Amino acid sequence: MMDQAASTVTTASTPSPENAVAPGAAAQGVARVEAEAVNKKETRALYQKRVKIFPKRARGTFRRVKWVVMALTLGVYYFVPWLRWDRGPAAPDQAVLIDIPARRFYFFFIEIWPQEVYYLTGLLILAALALFVATSLFGRVWCGYTCPQTVWTDLFLVVERLIEGDRGARIRLDKAAWSGRKIVRRTLKHAIWIAIAILTGGAWVFYFADAPTLLLDLVTFQAPAIAYMAVGGLASTTYVLGGLAREQVCIYMCPWPRIQAAMTDIESLIVTYRGYRGEPRRPHRKAESWEGRGDCIDCNACVAVCPMGIDIRDGSQLECINCGLCIDACDEIMDKVGRPRGLIAYDTFANVERRSMGQSARFSLMRIRPLIYAGLIVVVGSIMLFGLTTRSVLDLNVLRDRNPLFVTLSDGTIRNGYTVKIINKQHETRSFQLDVEGLPGYRINVVGQESGGGLLLTAKADRLASYRVFVSAPRKSLEDESTPIGFVLTDTLDGAQAAYDAVFRGPGS
Amino acid sequence: MAAEKHTDDYTGIETTGHEWDGIRELNNPLPRWWLWTFYASIVWSIGYWIVMPAWPLVSSYTTGMIDYSSRALVAERIEEARSAQDVYAAKIEGAALSEIQSDPELLEFAMAGGRSAFAVNCSQCHGRGAAGAPGYPNLNDDAWLWGGTLDDIAQTIAYGVRTEHDETRVGNMPAFVSDETLTRDQANDVAEYVLSLGGREHEAAAAGRGSEVFAEHCAACHRAGGVGNTEVGAPNIADGIWLYGDDKETILETVTYGRAGVMPIWADRLSPATIKQLAVYVHALGGGQ
Repeated sequence: MMDQAASTVTTASTPSPENAVAPGAAAQGVARVEAEAVNKKETRALYQKRVKIFPKRARGTFRRVKWVVMALTLGVYYFVPWLRWDRGPAAPDQAVLIDIPARRFYFFFIEIWPQEVYYLTGLLILAALALFVATSLFGRVWCGYTCPQTVWTDLFLVVERLIEGDRGARIRLDKAAWSGRKIVRRTLKHAIWIAIAILTGGAWVFYFADAPTLLLDLVTFQAPAIAYMAVGGLASTTYVLGGLAREQVCIYMCPWPRIQAAMTDIESLIVTYRGYRGEPRRPHRKAESWEGRGDCIDCNACVAVCPMGIDIRDGSQLECINCGLCIDACDEIMDKVGRPRGLIAYDTFANVERRSMGQSARFSLMRIRPLIYAGLIVVVGSIMLFGLTTRSVLDLNVLRDRNPLFVTLSDGTIRNGYTVKIINKQHETRSFQLDVEGLPGYRINVVGQESGGGLLLTAKADRLASYRVFVSAPRKSLEDESTPIGFVLTDTLDGAQAAYDAVFRGPGS
Repeated sequence: MAAEKHTDDYTGIETTGHEWDGIRELNNPLPRWWLWTFYASIVWSIGYWIVMPAWPLVSSYTTGMIDYSSRALVAERIEEARSAQDVYAAKIEGAALSEIQSDPELLEFAMAGGRSAFAVNCSQCHGRGAAGAPGYPNLNDDAWLWGGTLDDIAQTIAYGVRTEHDETRVGNMPAFVSDETLTRDQANDVAEYVLSLGGREHEAAAAGRGSEVFAEHCAACHRAGGVGNTEVGAPNIADGIWLYGDDKETILETVTYGRAGVMPIWADRLSPATIKQLAVYVHALGGGQ
């Protein structure tokens, strides 16, 4: 059976040189491309050997959108670590920084401590919901335009096309025997790919340390080993996934196609071949009548440009990343043969059915599913915004000693030990006074400080300060085994307060 | 594989030939390149057997070519950590106890080291939180049998209580009644007097008689008024802290049979630096003087 499969593949994938004019090609300069969809259902076989895809360059609206999105996403990725943001001398001035040793995350005006990692959770929830809403409205546009796999594969294809030429030239080079020319081109291509991969990995590490310093360290080989390992690891995955594996990642490795398939419905805009208009397909000669036939002239332009190697005319399929390059290719052909554009277009299942029955199409953004997703985005976003605007810059945490619960002193007073943690999120050192409420006749002293002379607890800028505090009270002021008390921390300068409810344990009556 | 090929009608995909109660398994195999990564991992594992320790033998195991051992690695890391600590340990050893307490860096190191040394060596008797137990003093409070300054504490830890060492803490609470120094009635009177010292309920007449007995037999160590003497480990018996118990029965038992609690010599087992760390740690528990 495997032999059978292999032989099928061989016949199916025999590519002819570009622009070979097939019999019956249309005369208006439209040539039929001898392109066979690599990922056609019929040609998929058990333990199939990978069939190479040589996507032809597309021109048109969606290709332009893809260029813009590529420039934006790569631009953001490469330049964000270099943005500066002044936070005073106590904190780094990098706008976006994940400071792992100091356990801080800086994002412009936002600074997140480890215990506030729920902001990150919220951000991920928002990202997921945004993906849901986009998918339910426009299908897998994430896959087609913004996914890093797509962006870098596109970038690597640009390099490949610059060096080896477009589809036909690449196919010829691939089939050609090894020669000096082939070796030079292949070496050059892979060298540039590796350079891009290293720059990709290189940009990643700048998010984790001061970018200018790290760059200097990296090029002078002074950077820590982990930085080089991160660069190396990301460079190799970028090279392998973006350069070599390409569509294999989307088809066999990525879980998103399966998950997103559950989010589209018959009202989602997906790349659609309007079969009712295109069929029956047949090559078309100039001046031949369009009566009794479809608009599809079977030129295979849509197949040749597809980076996933599919034939969109087979209908909606898992391999399709909704990038719209086949739309561009088909529109160009339709212009040439003088038929209306949009034989392949972003359309919904429902509309295709309506149109094929002669009804008018309709598309609405206000459907229940995207509205629910959008509503959830508003709710989560509001919660996060509320959390962010009411975030305190001073926190007090008190841990009571549990062993021993309390200590009886020789004069009969009862003493409890506490660990008091002051979280100072301001970028300047602050001093505080610590008081206890609800405990008549208490005394307080801090380990390492002389008791009596007005306790002053300091917390350094943007740091947590931890103190051992002993509170003692006469036994007669304790009625129960457990007395509720409150710790109140007051900033000696601006009077800002933080409180913590605790208990004071005693022997009971 | 099954003799007859079967193709699923709905998907058009061949099945594996496996069938459970009429349910057949579709054959959707991996792409070829992924299949090769599977074979490559098998080859890798064979190489791993040769290079790394892998197979158990009867009384040992195959050690592999590069002599890797996670146990040796841990030992090495511990050694590294020790030598990194040596810098501080040497500083601690050279510094006076009060200097350790006033240097934040040394204090932090001493507290961390003291905490773990306490857990390993001391917590068995004194408790994890040093709260003690009857017969084993609470180290959190401000009552000290042998003194609560840093030097006192270090001395007690190093040479113990009632050991054979020359520097040991030593004191003697005699068994007054068993030795027939006091009669049972006199012992009862003294117990009543001791109760009165702490301001507790007592029999006034008996306490009055007891005060004379106390002055004659007890005050030498416990001092007038029962305030105690750390030179001989005589506790303050006028305060609220009791090593064996504060009820009259326990006090009577102490007077009758005597007490002789012991603590081992730690200088033989712990390094001078560790003893200093322990002293600093115990001092900071809340009762240090």
